[in-house]
Amino acid sequence: MKSMINAKQLTHEFFRRDEEGNVEGISVALDHVDLDVAPGAFIAILGHNGSGKSTLAKHINALLTPSEGTLLVDGMDVSDPERTLSIRESAGMVFQNPDNQIIATVVEEDVGFGPENMGIPTDEIWQRVESALKGVGMWKYREHSPNRLSGGQKQRVAIAGVMAMEPKCIILDEPTAMLDPGGRAEVLQVAHELNRKKGITIILITHYMEEVVDADYVYVMEKGHIIMDGTPREIFSRVDDLIAHRLTVPQITLLAHRLKAAGLDIPEGILTREELIKALCP
Amino acid sequence: MFREITLGQYYPADSVLHRLDPRVKLFATLIYIIVLFIAEKPIPFLVITAALIAVIVMSKVPFSYMVRGLRGIVMLLVIAGVFNLFMTPGIVVYKIGPFEISDIGLKNAIIMVVRMVYLIIGTSLMTLTTTPNQLTDGLERSLRPLSRLGAPVHEISMMMSIALRFIPILVEETDKIMKAQMARGADFESGGLITRAKAMVPILVPLFVSAFRRASDLAMAMEARCYHGGEGRTKMKPLTYKASDRVAYVLIMAFLVAVAVLSLI
Ligand SMILES: Nc1ncnc2c1ncn2[C@@H]1O[C@H](COP(=O)(O)OP(=O)(O)O)[C@@H](O)[C@H]1O
Ligand SMILES: [Mg+2]
Repeated sequence: MKSMINAKQLTHEFFRRDEEGNVEGISVALDHVDLDVAPGAFIAILGHNGSGKSTLAKHINALLTPSEGTLLVDGMDVSDPERTLSIRESAGMVFQNPDNQIIATVVEEDVGFGPENMGIPTDEIWQRVESALKGVGMWKYREHSPNRLSGGQKQRVAIAGVMAMEPKCIILDEPTAMLDPGGRAEVLQVAHELNRKKGITIILITHYMEEVVDADYVYVMEKGHIIMDGTPREIFSRVDDLIAHRLTVPQITLLAHRLKAAGLDIPEGILTREELIKALCP
Repeated sequence: MFREITLGQYYPADSVLHRLDPRVKLFATLIYIIVLFIAEKPIPFLVITAALIAVIVMSKVPFSYMVRGLRGIVMLLVIAGVFNLFMTPGIVVYKIGPFEISDIGLKNAIIMVVRMVYLIIGTSLMTLTTTPNQLTDGLERSLRPLSRLGAPVHEISMMMSIALRFIPILVEETDKIMKAQMARGADFESGGLITRAKAMVPILVPLFVSAFRRASDLAMAMEARCYHGGEGRTKMKPLTYKASDRVAYVLIMAFLVAVAVLSLI
């Protein structure tokens, strides 16, 4: 099957410049990254601040172009300026700060912003806005001002704004970082629903370990490299590696790991409370 | 202290005026301003007054809302009135001590004050019955011919609507920064003008930093949603004229002609 996103040796260098504009130094934000995402998958990308996650996300949206290597989004090369708009139509992006990505003063108008830019006829814009807002459970707030919504609601509006463009893939760049636990749960639930019901490929960038447990596949990034990849169970089986990279492990996984180290006969990579109970009292 | 500012003083109601196309209201406001400056004699002013009262009644907006706009210009009105009253040469009709009031001065002062009061009431009628969004939309459509001459009409209206979205956010942020500085002992209320201006620096610096960050985030978010200027863009809420809008245009032109004719005879 054709892949949704395919990166080969993708590299991006930022040039640091002094006041005269001379190059002072180079920081390599992405260092020969290989990545392949199948259509309809739910992928998580984990990593500390500055590990290059946002830089990768911006490449997928053609907001940055590779310094080296290639990146194909739905078969289109991000280095080709002719395809920029088509790439942004197939791969939508939700950013971290809910306030700084809502453009209009009314919820429904914000959701319509993307389709307006794409030149969709008025009637169809309204159909798309309705189905997108219903899809994220924000239809009854359509006439509200975004300023009065909670963080989780704003993020759902932002997701609807991307949904209305009917993309094949949505990249969520730390969409929960500025939300309270309630808001985080709302956003994650919507992302999983879009993946299950509409078959949209989801790339969830986060630094919360608990959020990746339900993903199909996980990439862990550090200093522009992918240092680990695998299913959540494979990743969480390597508790010592994760700790060595200063990544936190979900409490249940850590507990199971310690129990195993203390001599109990249970498998590695336990992700949920139920699994642990089952392993302890078979 | 900043929370009291409400931007765009829209008063939601269901009236003929609220439902009019914003282009009609912009055009009407323009004609109204022209008419106010054509009129000099009592009869045209009576016609204007009658029209103004009719529109106020139709708008279903409480009269007190329109008068609110006047509070800001009371001083201006008094100064302009006094200057016109005492400084205009002509036949002296009153004498108060060393001050003389001439017939022309009296007339000029009255016209001046009536014009300014009517101007404020008329323009606030438009902003009270039109949402800021409709206003920018109307402006964009009305000025579209200018874009053929190279004027950045779409860009300006986009800037206006983004400003409308972000002003409340920045106002709230200013409030937060001020409270944070006050908690650290900053004092914004006492001292002379210069001391107080200096106290504002620690507010403005973080505010600007944040505003620039927001601007760059927003630009990226807009690009990510395929924004590429006004070209090839469709509208979710396109402006279309209804029968009532056409009637309104006819009435506005009739009003212009009536006042112009009455001013000439
Ligand atoms: N616009 C930029 N100019 C220069 N360096 C940048 C820029 N954006 C990011 N970087 C650098 O690239 C690296 C990766 O950043 P980023 O992709 O934002 O990481 P993450 O999203 O994982 O926190 C960091 O070292 C950061 O300093
Ligand atoms: Mg980031």
